[in-house]
Amino acid sequence: MPLQTPPLRGLHAERGAKFTEFGGWDMPVEFDSIRAEHEAVREQAGIFDVSHMGEIHVTGPDATRLMNRLTTNDVTVLEVGDAQYTTITDEEGLLIDDTVVYRFPDEDGEAAYLFVPNAGNDEATHERWIDHRNEWELDATIDNRTDEYAMFAVQGPDAPVLVGEVTTGSVADIGRFEAREVEIEGIECWLARTGYTGEDGFEILAPWREATTVWGAFDCQPCGLGARDTLRLEAGLVLAGQDFDHESNPRTPYEAGLGFTVKLDTEFVGRDALERAKEEGVEEELAGFRLVDRGVPRHGYDITNTDGRVIGAVTSGTMSPTLEAAIGLGYVPVEYADPGTTLRVVVRGQSKKARVEPLPFIETQ
Amino acid sequence: MSFEPPTDRRYLESHEWAAPAEADGRVRIGITDFAQDELGDVVFVELPDEGETIEAGEEFGVIESIKAVSDLYAPVSGEVVAVNETLFDSPELVNDDPFGEGWMLEVETEAESDDLLSAEEYEKQIA
Repeated sequence: MPLQTPPLRGLHAERGAKFTEFGGWDMPVEFDSIRAEHEAVREQAGIFDVSHMGEIHVTGPDATRLMNRLTTNDVTVLEVGDAQYTTITDEEGLLIDDTVVYRFPDEDGEAAYLFVPNAGNDEATHERWIDHRNEWELDATIDNRTDEYAMFAVQGPDAPVLVGEVTTGSVADIGRFEAREVEIEGIECWLARTGYTGEDGFEILAPWREATTVWGAFDCQPCGLGARDTLRLEAGLVLAGQDFDHESNPRTPYEAGLGFTVKLDTEFVGRDALERAKEEGVEEELAGFRLVDRGVPRHGYDITNTDGRVIGAVTSGTMSPTLEAAIGLGYVPVEYADPGTTLRVVVRGQSKKARVEPLPFIETQ
Repeated sequence: MSFEPPTDRRYLESHEWAAPAEADGRVRIGITDFAQDELGDVVFVELPDEGETIEAGEEFGVIESIKAVSDLYAPVSGEVVAVNETLFDSPELVNDDPFGEGWMLEVETEAESDDLLSAEEYEKQIA
């Protein structure tokens, strides 16, 4: 299958970006250096092209009911312009994806939502919504708009100033997990104070065909998926498909540290299983760790206890540019998940000492 | 971008270089400018100890950038007589000066790989 390309593929290539395949998309992984991009976001600001993220639009008389029955969080608390982090689970309460739901301005007097599945998941998610709507005989219109939106993230302590300079109206009063319609360079965009870096910042949904204009409005470090990964990992944010995977590493939100997105007082697919899981308590959970010995943990490496018995596997790992230390995430039995616990990570056959750390690894916004 | 390889040394297709060292019969080994640029920020190198031997064409170590892990292949066979231990604390030297301060090993050469390329041949490969 040919890779999908973001609207600014050519522009990024001219800027000297290196590319990688991610979720079926050909995305910039690095513009200058991951370290330089990472530091720009932690200290000033950086802009990411995340147009590989999906966009599904849901409206109609039963839109709210449908959204609430397919996501673990409670969308009924959302007012227009609110954003909510949530997860999508199966009947067994196992994670299929995580996503952000935006409550859009009402359409024809009905609530409207746009939510953002991870790259490559938009078609399956769209089908899941349609199938359940039909099964439950609900009245809702579901539209996969992934090809209609470019998505950019402007992140870092300087982001509010940068975004404020090019946006009609004030952005200072947009709180965390709030969003509104604005004009950037005369282009209507959806501007949300959300992100995936642990910094203050915004995510922008812009019309695909106007992507060049909106991207060009920001004079800051362009950043690739490489820096996005080191930034989110320092912030203790999980990556779907890597820190949980419906096929290869099925986990409940509780195991993945996402229990805060589960509202058992709502009706949703997986609710009963999750109620049981909560009562029983988890046997394993996602822990953050730092390598004490020299080395870099990578996805798939074994985690052992100090006796050398394999107790888990690394799901994400990197050399943290901010901490200048090797950090990672992995599922371990709960008795090994307390900060301060000594673990071992097997790096190419060599057992390296590691220590469990509280998440996030850094102070986040 | 241009990555003109220096003509005072020879290369493996896998982007390692071997350059004559000051002492006769010895070579220094490192990776090329092209290779460091492909890898990005180098954060870790794993090298053999002094006194160990390496085999031409075989793996002798590992280099890791933030985004990738790569094996290092030996352009020559012989005993390791010096290791650039500076790289353990400052692996970024491989990015900053791959043909100079970012060298990795010095080896008492016993045999060379049959696959060594001239600078010209290597440059064609990365073009």
